[in-house]
Amino acid sequence: MAKKTNDGYLSAKEARRISRENRKITNAYEKNRKRKNVPESEYLTQMRDWNNSVEFDDLHTYFFTDAGTVKAVDGVSYDVPIGKTVGVVGESGCGKSVTSLSLMQLLQRPQGQVVSGEIRLNMGNGKAYDVTKAPNEVLQKLRGNYVSMIFQEPMTALNPVFRIGDQINEVIELHDGEGKTEAEIKARTIELLEMVGIANSEGVYKMYPHELSGGMRQRVVIAMALACNPRIIIADEPTTALDVTIQAQILDLLRNLKDKINSSIMFITHDLGVIAEMADYVVVMYAGRIVEKGTADDIFHHPAHPYTIGLMASKPVVGKKIDKLYSIPGKVPNPINMPDYCYFKDRCEKQCARCSGEYPGTIKLSDTHEVSCYLYYDGKEDA
Amino acid sequence: MANAKEKSSLVITNEYTPVEYDPQYILMVNALKKYFPIKDGLIAHTVGYVKAVDGVTFNLKRGTTMGLVGESGCGKTTCGRTILRLSGEKTGGQVLFNGQEVYDLTAKEMRALRPKMQIIFQDPFSSLSPRLPVGEIIGEAVREHNLVPAKEFDDYIDDIMDKCGLQPFHKDRYPHEFSGGQRQRICIARALALNPEFVVCDEPVSALDVSIQAQIINLLKELQEQFKLTYLFISHDLSVVEHISDSVGVMYLGDLVEYGSTDDIFSNPLHPYTEALFSAIPIPDPDAKMKRIVLEGSIPSPANPPSGCKFHTRCARCTERCKVETPCQHEVEPGHYVVCHLYDEE
Repeated sequence: MAKKTNDGYLSAKEARRISRENRKITNAYEKNRKRKNVPESEYLTQMRDWNNSVEFDDLHTYFFTDAGTVKAVDGVSYDVPIGKTVGVVGESGCGKSVTSLSLMQLLQRPQGQVVSGEIRLNMGNGKAYDVTKAPNEVLQKLRGNYVSMIFQEPMTALNPVFRIGDQINEVIELHDGEGKTEAEIKARTIELLEMVGIANSEGVYKMYPHELSGGMRQRVVIAMALACNPRIIIADEPTTALDVTIQAQILDLLRNLKDKINSSIMFITHDLGVIAEMADYVVVMYAGRIVEKGTADDIFHHPAHPYTIGLMASKPVVGKKIDKLYSIPGKVPNPINMPDYCYFKDRCEKQCARCSGEYPGTIKLSDTHEVSCYLYYDGKEDA
Repeated sequence: MANAKEKSSLVITNEYTPVEYDPQYILMVNALKKYFPIKDGLIAHTVGYVKAVDGVTFNLKRGTTMGLVGESGCGKTTCGRTILRLSGEKTGGQVLFNGQEVYDLTAKEMRALRPKMQIIFQDPFSSLSPRLPVGEIIGEAVREHNLVPAKEFDDYIDDIMDKCGLQPFHKDRYPHEFSGGQRQRICIARALALNPEFVVCDEPVSALDVSIQAQIINLLKELQEQFKLTYLFISHDLSVVEHISDSVGVMYLGDLVEYGSTDDIFSNPLHPYTEALFSAIPIPDPDAKMKRIVLEGSIPSPANPPSGCKFHTRCARCTERCKVETPCQHEVEPGHYVVCHLYDEE
């Protein structure tokens, strides 16, 4: 179809060329992944700090689409300490979900590939695995037992044609079912349903997802995630689809359960209020990169990056009267054609001449607080 | 005998004292009811009703914004649609728009009234036709209602688009080419192109990102000043409602349990449900210590609501009386109404 403007659209020839090139790249990755009998030494690695449960180290996850390469995650490094909650905030499309999917290795393949970087998972027995290099059989054991995920939409995360009990049983059978009888598995499922605060657990065991309300479904999804006592739980916007009263119940539940099974939580959301309540550490992402990270206190009381400051000012807060909300001008840059200067420069009100240079490195403001912005370059050395 | 008893549950009582028109209010809603029948059996006879809106009363002053909050399934959206006569006939009560009962109008009169009352829908991804260019989406109703002469039509659309933050060259593009925030601007432009007096905003920002939310909220406020609009702002996000509204109504299972000015409601919530709802708002401050009232369970089914006060199953301050007797509305402070037995005068 003829287009009036040339910019923004690809010719069919160009699209074919990109698609051919992509296939070459992704085939190489897929071939590497499909090898059989990969020795353990290949994906064995060392943690930087054994008190961390997961370490993301310079992770790059790209999507090779027919319109071009989308750098969904472009050099992300952060740690999730054992027993702590790390909140990841950012707008939609900033790469926060893709980071967690990279850890689970559940990316949409073959388009989505981890192209470089390491994700080190602490196995707890003095070993650490790099999940980006681990073969599928090993990953199958890691998922559920070490890492598990609570998905965003409780309405779509459950299969409508299977009973709740069967769906949770399946998780246990698949990941932790060796030597267990059916009765044992059922007992464990009932125990899990009770643990997440479902009163009528025997009844719910036999129900289908459509018979439950949104809050109850989210509890079932949480029960599934906890089935094999994982060391790290990824909660991907677990309360976004829920009402405030139900959200309060679910947040309470997650906090209590975390202490009970002593695991870490990676909490992904765009709601700063929820983050403030749940997280010990906060990571702020923008357009595939981390712009600021620190403890909850650092981020909420001394926000440094203009994006973080803007994000906080644009959310109305109950009890604070303001005439006009601050709104960050402009919009997120096109992920296929990222600028070669700071990604936030075009929307930033505090930009200076240096901002047109290359993307700023990270600056340490304190032991825990890091920011990527030229505003803080004076008098501080590059971290 | 059993038959007669069965039928009694299907009888709809429609008792209310009619209100007199007061010119300071653009919209007067009195004991509005909207029930949806539940059909069953071979001949699909009615076996019960889902009481989506069950006796809602409020008045809305010209040029102000009223927020309507509540959990999902409490009837907020149905209330908004029933006021606009968008969901069939009402079941009972009155809706006076500029003193005129909306449901008494003939189809022709209703058509003439439509441009005066508009709606902005929740999801900008499904409320725009994917097959129409943006100029047509915004201009279709303007042309249908013959609001401007054909000669001025193009300029008029450009002007509206400009006010809503859209560029003239966007006119020939299709909705899929726009981001969520831009689409919501198109929805707003479509509603405002008819030069309405009253706009129902049904969760206009809940599908958007925080930074985009702020842009849309600011836009709505600017347009309100410019066009002297009256909004009914339906949302479950309490912080947004507090920011934009002059008065707030809290709904629970089809009832308006508390209603008053925003300051009164937020500084002094009276109904136990309002208290619990407000205590559940997460505050973006890690040091904030909250006395949180966590409500047990979830909202009961509106097809079979609890007897007496509908909230008694989840209420921390429930008494024996609440279980049997339906509370009525009390004006505790001037302009601050609450439906709860706790505020009964002895």
